[in-house]
Amino acid sequence: MMDIFGYSLITLGAFFYFLGGLGMFRMPDVYNRLQAGTKATTLGSFSVLIGVGLIEPSYLLKTLLIVAFIALTNPVGSSVLARAAYLRGIKPYGKTVVDEYKGDENA
Amino acid sequence: MIVVIFTLIGLGVFFPFLRILKSPISADRVAAFDTMNVILTGTIALLSLVFKNGLYLDIALVYGLLSFVETIVISRYLEAKK
Repeated sequence: MMDIFGYSLITLGAFFYFLGGLGMFRMPDVYNRLQAGTKATTLGSFSVLIGVGLIEPSYLLKTLLIVAFIALTNPVGSSVLARAAYLRGIKPYGKTVVDEYKGDENA
Repeated sequence: MIVVIFTLIGLGVFFPFLRILKSPISADRVAAFDTMNVILTGTIALLSLVFKNGLYLDIALVYGLLSFVETIVISRYLEAKK
């Protein structure tokens, strides 16, 4: 019973890994690519690691540690990278509506 | 079942690799590499289930830590280099 639940969680996580990789390939812009890659792979990592912990309960503590670690570090790395790309002068692509980081004088 | 899982993971690593090969912008390559690193961290933890050896979880933890430090360091380098 727990095995079926764990393996379905791992399959869901692998599917989100695939979606993250596909978004990294198909999106038009650095910032869109960062958003697609980071969010999809964060959810995929949570799902895969909790599935591994459910199938082997003796691994559960370490997998929860890795989950907490990924939840802390992955958004930090993504936002630092987006800031670096912006400060380096990479323009968002043409259809971008609002650029909050530049400082809007009407706001 | 395990074949389906590893096929999806392999495709998830393959598309960022194509992005690294295609894109001329270095920030783009670092983003694709970061995605690949997160996918591989989960995959190493999954290998502990395949090989029935709990040591792979420690390897996954250390790999995730090193990949985080690598992303931060390259980002700061790109930011400072005008």
